[in-house]
Amino acid sequence: MANVEKDPVTGTNTTGHEWDGIKELDTPLPKWWLTVFYASIIWAIGYWVVYPSWPTLNDYAKGVWETTNRLEHAQEMAAVAQSREVWTSKFEGKEISEVAADSELLNYAMAGGRVIFADNCQPCHGSSGSGAPNYPVLADDDWIWGGTLDDIQQTVLYGIRSGHDEARVSDMPALVADEMITAADADKIADYVMKLGGQGGSDAGKDLFDENCAACHAEDGAGVQELGAPRLNDGIWLYKAGKDGVVAQITKPNHGVMPAWSGRLSETEIKQVSIYVHSLGGGQ
Amino acid sequence: MNQATTATGASDVAYNEDVVRKFVLAATFWGVIGFLAGTFIAFQLAFPALNLGLEWTTFGRLRPVHTSAVIFAFGGSIMFATSFYVVQRTCRAPLFGGKLLANLIFWGYQLFIVIAALGYVLGVTQGKEYAEPEWYADLLLTVVWVAYLVAFAGTLMTRRVSHIYVANWFYLAFIITVAMLHLGNNITLPVVLFGGDSLAKSYIWASGVQDAMTQWWYGHNAVGFFLTAGFLGLMYYFVPKQANRPVYSYRLSIIHFWALVFLYIWAGPHHLHYTSLPDWTQTLGMTFSIMLWMPSWGGMINGLMTLSGAWEKLRTDPVLRFLIAAVAFYGMSTFEGPAMSIKAVNGLSHYTDWTVGHVHSGALGWVAFVSFGAMYYLIPKLWGRTRLYSLRLVTYHFWIATIGIVLYITAMWISGIMQGLMWRAYDDLGFLQYSFIESVEAMHPYYVIRACGGVLFVLGALIMVWNFIKTIQGDVRTEDEFVAPQSAAAE
Repeated sequence: MANVEKDPVTGTNTTGHEWDGIKELDTPLPKWWLTVFYASIIWAIGYWVVYPSWPTLNDYAKGVWETTNRLEHAQEMAAVAQSREVWTSKFEGKEISEVAADSELLNYAMAGGRVIFADNCQPCHGSSGSGAPNYPVLADDDWIWGGTLDDIQQTVLYGIRSGHDEARVSDMPALVADEMITAADADKIADYVMKLGGQGGSDAGKDLFDENCAACHAEDGAGVQELGAPRLNDGIWLYKAGKDGVVAQITKPNHGVMPAWSGRLSETEIKQVSIYVHSLGGGQ
Repeated sequence: MNQATTATGASDVAYNEDVVRKFVLAATFWGVIGFLAGTFIAFQLAFPALNLGLEWTTFGRLRPVHTSAVIFAFGGSIMFATSFYVVQRTCRAPLFGGKLLANLIFWGYQLFIVIAALGYVLGVTQGKEYAEPEWYADLLLTVVWVAYLVAFAGTLMTRRVSHIYVANWFYLAFIITVAMLHLGNNITLPVVLFGGDSLAKSYIWASGVQDAMTQWWYGHNAVGFFLTAGFLGLMYYFVPKQANRPVYSYRLSIIHFWALVFLYIWAGPHHLHYTSLPDWTQTLGMTFSIMLWMPSWGGMINGLMTLSGAWEKLRTDPVLRFLIAAVAFYGMSTFEGPAMSIKAVNGLSHYTDWTVGHVHSGALGWVAFVSFGAMYYLIPKLWGRTRLYSLRLVTYHFWIATIGIVLYITAMWISGIMQGLMWRAYDDLGFLQYSFIESVEAMHPYYVIRACGGVLFVLGALIMVWNFIKTIQGDVRTEDEFVAPQSAAAE
């Protein structure tokens, strides 16, 4: 340490080392720094004592407060459920129509239904049920499976082509792909479907329509909700709009899927969201 | 080696400055690419149409281009450049392994960057954050990194001074730990070895929570040892050199070095709070993060207090201003980090933009600023110029980039905390008040502000590039000296 010298600015000695012109002062550790460092270590030790911390060979120290993430989460959820109990208990044993008839319960169902809808339904059906390409609008009265409270509840509970035993299932055949009719026939039928909806078209395909389509979609194209056969005469299309879309659907149809929500949402929650959907504009 | 000769200078040693020059230029190039990529994806978040409907230009593919370009291409090149410069000078020894090894490291590393980036754009990825490159790129990086360790440690071992300077402790810790992290996190089985037909696909040996823990052991220590320890090494050389003052405290440098390397390696689990990671692991991750606070701040104290008696230089030396502002940002983010590791805070901050803001106050404020300071120091020296082309341009760069950072991090604080509060808000009846999509819609203005901050940061970097080009060409802009105000001179 032959080269220890006093730094004229701070009055502190250097350590006597030098690298490429850099020297170091022999300043002691700042007291506040050391104090806070020790304090953080003591705090950590305290935390280890009360919370689950160090592992052992087959287990780990549980901590004297004997709490875990899961336990805390379960407690918080139970507290939320308890605070809702006042209301949810009133739903028990009530049919959805009875809930809708009780203005107090209706208000509660609407508030809850909005949240349930936003978190579970909105990704496909859009904000306030405004729909999205290939997913039905829920804010109009063009219902495929029916727009009464009970119909909506049934759809939410079991879904459409969801694989659930009670699921709603309809199966429009692939008329052209399965060679039941020719592509030229499909073109004529599509023309007639356009005519039914007042969007141009011609009568040339009427006989073909009556023969192949009317059994489910009805002769005037009004559809049959019990069969899940969509209405064709209102100019509202689930898939691609216009004649091309109709031809595509006759040739090799799309079949949408909606999941069953029973088991994912509680019965009370399904009542709430069904009432909310019913209120969006098209409820029957 | 006797101290008197050490002090007389080092003209008798043939330092390898060629590799340092190459890495500085590479860092400049990759820095601009990385900042541009970051700004572009920031605009994508505000305006999704900018994904352009092409798979190669989606956010998911460009984000790793941004992160790897700034961390590994820019930050990595800075680490190679400065560590090679510093280790040779503070050991008074030429770079071990000669030109051949140095060139192997340079070209090998650049090749790794290009292979990795091409993979990202084409959709080749391991799906591990900050460790996306597939197995063949990992192997190439391993070879380069071992060569790096040989060159660096070899220089230390052939040093002509008795002690090893603190900057080199940090650089060595960075090199060794990054090697360990890289190997530990990339143990994969390429499917091609098991009859698979894809050369570019592999599976990680661990799965589920074990894989998540390994990933964040890696991810957090990539921050800890790549962006913290390595850049502290840089700070320990360039701050005292630029300030022309002795390092504040040798003792603090020892204690905070060992405390930092010992504690940092444990802190990874705080990235997995409230997940299926066992409670005890979360506890250890959180408590070690808190204990890490002061060891991190040791570097800040040593950096800032080295200016004792030289504070007025901040008025006249914009290069020093970059270095010291960087240390201040470092202090801020290493306080914010432990705070965010506390589970109660994390419950609000996690998965929100607050995390993104935190990372960028460290990445832009600390890593990039301290790198800019070092580059402004190195460029005139490496190309034998008396000074930079323009100090005024350095000042412009400093203020434009600082405003950019402030826009970025304040926008992310606000949007992050807002997100966290919206997600947990209940209404009077006990229902969640907002849907997720409503919180996304609420972010839009902050995403625009953040992207504008990015534009300013890129603009500052382009000013720097212009200054470098003119300096390397040998131009010197006629400028008035910066004069300290009278009050400062009177002190």
